[in-house]
Amino acid sequence: MNFETFVFYLFSAILLFAAVRVITARNPVHSALFLVLAFFTAAGLWLLLEAEFLAITLVLVYVGAVMVLFLFVVMMLDINLDRLREGFWDYLPLAAIVAVLMMLEMGVVLGGKYFGLTQMPTPVTHGPEYSNTKELGRLLYTEYVYPFEIAAVILLVAIVAAIALTLRRRKNAKSQDPAQQVRVRRQDRVRLVSMPAEKSTDAAAEE
Amino acid sequence: MMEYFFALYQNWFGPVWGPQLFTLVKTLLSILLITLPLMLCVAYLTLAERKIIGFMQMRIGPNRVGPGGWLQPIADALKLMFKEIIIPSGANKFLFLLAPVLVLAPALAAWAVMPFTPELVLANVDAGLLYIMAITSMGVYGVVIAGWASNSKYAFLGSLRSAAQIVSYEIAMGFALVGVLMAAQSLNLVDIVRGQAGGLLHWYVLPLFPLFLVYLISGVAETNRAPFDVAEGESEIVAGFHVEYSGMAFAVFFLAEYANMILVATLTVVMFLGGWQSPLPPAWLPDNAVLQTVLGGGFHWLFFKVLCVLFLFLWFRATFPRYRYDQIMRLGWKVFIPITLVWIVVIGAVMQTRYAYLVH
Repeated sequence: MNFETFVFYLFSAILLFAAVRVITARNPVHSALFLVLAFFTAAGLWLLLEAEFLAITLVLVYVGAVMVLFLFVVMMLDINLDRLREGFWDYLPLAAIVAVLMMLEMGVVLGGKYFGLTQMPTPVTHGPEYSNTKELGRLLYTEYVYPFEIAAVILLVAIVAAIALTLRRRKNAKSQDPAQQVRVRRQDRVRLVSMPAEKSTDAAAEE
Repeated sequence: MMEYFFALYQNWFGPVWGPQLFTLVKTLLSILLITLPLMLCVAYLTLAERKIIGFMQMRIGPNRVGPGGWLQPIADALKLMFKEIIIPSGANKFLFLLAPVLVLAPALAAWAVMPFTPELVLANVDAGLLYIMAITSMGVYGVVIAGWASNSKYAFLGSLRSAAQIVSYEIAMGFALVGVLMAAQSLNLVDIVRGQAGGLLHWYVLPLFPLFLVYLISGVAETNRAPFDVAEGESEIVAGFHVEYSGMAFAVFFLAEYANMILVATLTVVMFLGGWQSPLPPAWLPDNAVLQTVLGGGFHWLFFKVLCVLFLFLWFRATFPRYRYDQIMRLGWKVFIPITLVWIVVIGAVMQTRYAYLVH
């Protein structure tokens, strides 16, 4: 067993452990943190495949941004665990059918015929000159440029739609316009009034 | 020298384990060689901060411990080490103690790809810039977990503010770095610095000036420093996410903040201010060998530039009042991100014309 194999099995073990803990942990925050661990370990496995761009992007996007927001939401929810577990036995048969079907489908796809060792040759190992980033960039912007652009436009539409769906302007919202604040002049805000000084000295005299 | 040790390991541990162990020991030693001076720099950055801000506010600053106050950081460290670490009741003990580690670890791990000189870099990886972005984006977990595990309202509010702020400014920072990699046409940090060779006029700060400003200011926001330190906000939420921490656990947060400051300063220098390069063009260097080492590129230039950027950070703290939270968000999302997007398009357009030499 060489070093790479050792690292592969170590990372796989951690990944499987983390993945199991995501669904078995009682505390949702712990689940989210185990999911972070799972992503990070998966990134390690991708590095072993010399896919450094994908590995680092996985950490950057999923660990660095998506999971933070996820954790954010989970932390703010007041989740009652007993209420969540109430319907467990009612849903179990349906869930079991779905799970068995998925297992069968995965078995059909991954089993021997398409993904066996004879079908999939061992990935070629590259020298230190090989740059995964450059290869991906070259493929994306030459061979697959149209699918790439279409995917980008779809994502843009999704962003705009998400914002448009959730953007509500309250009538009484108090927001400031910094440009207007900067443009403000003294005359608009303050009016200096010259008033004659009062001349009553009676009040002082009475005391 | 290295060959001698390599042969020694091969003799001792055999041809299979010898080279691997040699690499392991060599890497561990280089990591120590980077982290120990860094920790020393962190200690003396705290002293520098107190002295410089004292000077700006016409005070003396620490001057009791040691000659001129020079042993103050050591005294502080000793004091913090002997203080009790109090774990709040109802806190999640494991996560509570894990959080400071999670803040400090990325701040140190990012140094793995930092080029100090062309040869002096621990891991000269091709995707260095991506690695830095990925690793620094992990620092937010420590803050979030610290706030949640403390089982305290103030800590939780502080961590929410801080996490939202860090995630927002990371986007602007990432876009600013996209400009750098377009100019350098490489993700390798050594190549990025090499691309700025040839004197002050070749540094990326000139063609990428808006991105430089965005990166510098986002860097201050990323490290939760004044004027963006609402995460601490001592006037409203006492001390933010680390309000429940005491003793060395608190000190680790403190170390991480200053290590992050040094990291952001060094990154600014590497990306925009020419790294180890000298500001003088090579043709201007005198014939004298001594003057050539001093005025030509080298680690001392990197060090000097990093000190200048750090001074700027301290100056910010002494000068600006704290931003209001909605203003911070507005600056990040509505000002910085559009600026970076526009400038990326400008650079891309210029690169297609015959004025492309202006960018590279």
